[in-house]
Amino acid sequence: MWFTRPLQERSTRIFLGVLFAALAIVSVLHVLMPQDSALYVSSYTVTLLGKYLCYALLAVAVDLVWGYLGILSLGHGAFFALGGYAMGMYLMRQIGDRGVYGDPVLPDFMVFLNWHELPWYWLGFDMAWFAFIMVLLAPGLLALVFGFLAFRSRVTGVYLSIITQALTFALMLAFFRNEMGFGGNNGLTDFKDILGFDLRTDATRLGLFIATGIALAIGYVICRGIVTSKLGRVSIACRDAEARTRFLGYRVERVQLFVFVVSAMLAGVAGALYVPQVGIINPGEFSPLFSIEVVVWVALGGRATLYGAVIGAILVNYGKTVFTGIMPDAWLFALGGLFVLVTVFLPKGIAGLVFKPGKAGGPSNTPSAQETAA
Amino acid sequence: MGISRLLNHLLLTFLLLCPGISLAQVEDSQAQQMLTALGESSFAEKIKAVNQIAGSGDERARGWLEAFASNKLAYIESTGQFVIVLKNRGRNWTVENALTGENLGEISRRDIDTLRVNNALRNELASILSVIDLKSPDEDNRLSAARALKGSVDGTLAERLPELIEAEESKPVQAALTEALAIYKVKEQGDIAAVAMLSGSLNSEARAALQQAMRSDDTALVAAATRAMASIEQKLKLNSAVETLYFGLSLGSVLVLAAIGLAITFGVMGVINMAHGELIMLGAYTTWGMQQLLPGQPGLALILSIPAGFLVSALAGIAIERSVIQHLKGRPLETLLATFGVSLILQQLVRTLISPLNRTVITPDWMSGSLMINEALSLTLNRLYVIGFALVVFAGLMLIMRKTRLGLEVRAVTQNRAMARSMGIKATRVDILTFALGSGVAGLAGVALSQITNVGPNLGQSYIIDSFMVVVFGGVGNLWGTLLAGMALGTLNQLLEPWAGAVLAKIMVLVFIILFIQKRPRGLFPQKGRAAEG
Repeated sequence: MWFTRPLQERSTRIFLGVLFAALAIVSVLHVLMPQDSALYVSSYTVTLLGKYLCYALLAVAVDLVWGYLGILSLGHGAFFALGGYAMGMYLMRQIGDRGVYGDPVLPDFMVFLNWHELPWYWLGFDMAWFAFIMVLLAPGLLALVFGFLAFRSRVTGVYLSIITQALTFALMLAFFRNEMGFGGNNGLTDFKDILGFDLRTDATRLGLFIATGIALAIGYVICRGIVTSKLGRVSIACRDAEARTRFLGYRVERVQLFVFVVSAMLAGVAGALYVPQVGIINPGEFSPLFSIEVVVWVALGGRATLYGAVIGAILVNYGKTVFTGIMPDAWLFALGGLFVLVTVFLPKGIAGLVFKPGKAGGPSNTPSAQETAA
Repeated sequence: MGISRLLNHLLLTFLLLCPGISLAQVEDSQAQQMLTALGESSFAEKIKAVNQIAGSGDERARGWLEAFASNKLAYIESTGQFVIVLKNRGRNWTVENALTGENLGEISRRDIDTLRVNNALRNELASILSVIDLKSPDEDNRLSAARALKGSVDGTLAERLPELIEAEESKPVQAALTEALAIYKVKEQGDIAAVAMLSGSLNSEARAALQQAMRSDDTALVAAATRAMASIEQKLKLNSAVETLYFGLSLGSVLVLAAIGLAITFGVMGVINMAHGELIMLGAYTTWGMQQLLPGQPGLALILSIPAGFLVSALAGIAIERSVIQHLKGRPLETLLATFGVSLILQQLVRTLISPLNRTVITPDWMSGSLMINEALSLTLNRLYVIGFALVVFAGLMLIMRKTRLGLEVRAVTQNRAMARSMGIKATRVDILTFALGSGVAGLAGVALSQITNVGPNLGQSYIIDSFMVVVFGGVGNLWGTLLAGMALGTLNQLLEPWAGAVLAKIMVLVFIILFIQKRPRGLFPQKGRAAEG
């Protein structure tokens, strides 16, 4: 089976081993250690690590399309945010009459805007299963429609990057509007509980952290399964010589569309797990800057490795946490410098420095391959 | 009050009856005596004195009465000499001789007594002054006085206006006076003939008068007023369409300015420069810096910052090209990421070195204000300048690309680098110069933008996506396409704005471009021939 094959790979086993070991250690330290011990992991740290894992899953999704399909998406933040909004809507409905205005059905911001009934697209979000399906469907559908139009017209390369950026920019502007019915500027917040568990308790936070870790593991295995399958080899061929692959008789646009939609859904799941942990979702997640930051995590870790994306996401975000804490002004310098240094001096990222690239991985060493083929 | 009204009307009649009053000066002694009369304590006496001054035909009368109305006519206690106070702050006041206009320097305010005026008198003064203006030898003064009369004509004036209109030589003044009279007639008398005269007028007082007529009981009058109103509505609609087009072109020329440099670096050279927006920002900050260097001369600073902004951004562009872009040749996606990093660094640099807050750039006098086409339509001057500037920059770039050696070499290198080099063209030098040119134009855009938007660290960020959209929509490598695309998108945005709102209009334009690119991936004017294969 395609999804069991990765489990026999050494790299996947190591990755899963490290990931589960980390999950276990953090959980044990959090639960068993006394609060004043040096080894105690506070629930703040647990949530922070959970956030990093969400980012890591998003980075894996971006690496899937950039590393293995050659499509640089500058709009994956949009899929992430859509998944987040789907989850946020479910969490809003769970508040029920405990909001500030005490309306049993309408979320606070709608009461505030003097709305009298729920917009149609909010219906059904009181049921967990429906919301969880929408977490996959909303970004998936957007990716399907957008990808169908783009790949059919053979929009690739830089053009695709720019219009994905325009897409997330347009969505950001749209979600900032109060009339959209998603809370406008403030977004969705003030969540109370998820599936009946109180979001403020340590146990729920730890549970979310573990769930994120498991989601990352599953996402990683799915991506690994795709890239090692025949489909994966075709998609690598598309990346390195799109025209040649097309002339060999492969339906390039279908391969691109499939991988793009899977990646968008993974991003949506990452967003959905992110929202209950940080407690808010607002249109800022749609900002083009966030999407392009994700790309740099992948570039730093090493594209077309998947584990590199995870390493990059965790490293950069840890750096961000530290930097913004001690000297907030320096963070943008560091991030900007990172963009330049990684692309100029470290084209293969950390993974390229530390590990030898596998035979199925590694971005094309001949940048002109595309031109030669065309 | 009754007496003063009567006197006032007598004076008006007097003024209006002798249109050929010669504007001369009365004897100093007589002037002194008239001004002394203003100091009388009783209201009626004061009015009488005012009327005497207005009726004297003295060319200084207006200055005296204006100064009197604003509490600035005074006399020096010791000598009884009349002065006009120029500056009444502080302990010493600056004054000038009321009779000769000679500046007398500063005098302690204790030595000066101002002539008192009250609100009732001030109102009388206003109406007297407006009639004095109608007699002014200067046509512009008469015109503005006539315009001010619209909606404020009273019975006395209305009786005399026909004669004044008859005597008036200037057509615009005549028209304004006729309209003022017609407004009075429609409003006070329900005159149908006057209603017809108001049709097509864009004055808001005229509309108010017509609306009043539409509420009257006279059906013939109501019908006439409704017709006149309809023609006004239509004319207003036309004017607002012209205004929308103007705003559209203005927004379009901003887009063209922001995108035209990108059309060179991205369109012609194929380099993705995400720091383009920050080069625009540098140009805007250069303007600000220039104005700091030359305080008090915003106009000169603005003109000097055109070359300075070009140079600063061009040098920054060369630095970016040499340090980053040349190492990433042929790897467009990596170039995109690296230059994005550069843009973050530049933004933060400005935030740290200058300020995270917006800076104020002063608009010189000759650029502020607006050009009044008619009473419903006025075009702001700064936007007009920006439209002109955009066209000049575009024409200049066109000339460079088409007519100069550099343009020829740029086209040669982009079409076939190896062949161009074998013909002896230094490709690296061409790369640097082209990139400097594109970046310099971004700096020019920044200079222009500093006049219409806020200058802050985020200035560039807000234009980068739009700029790329314009270039891609117009067709990469095609300067004409960029011009047309910029203007079209600007106008489309402004057309959508009234019924969709600003944000939704922007979203709709973005979605439109996204769909358009998917339909025609190479933009409006795709490159043809060998250049397209590159």
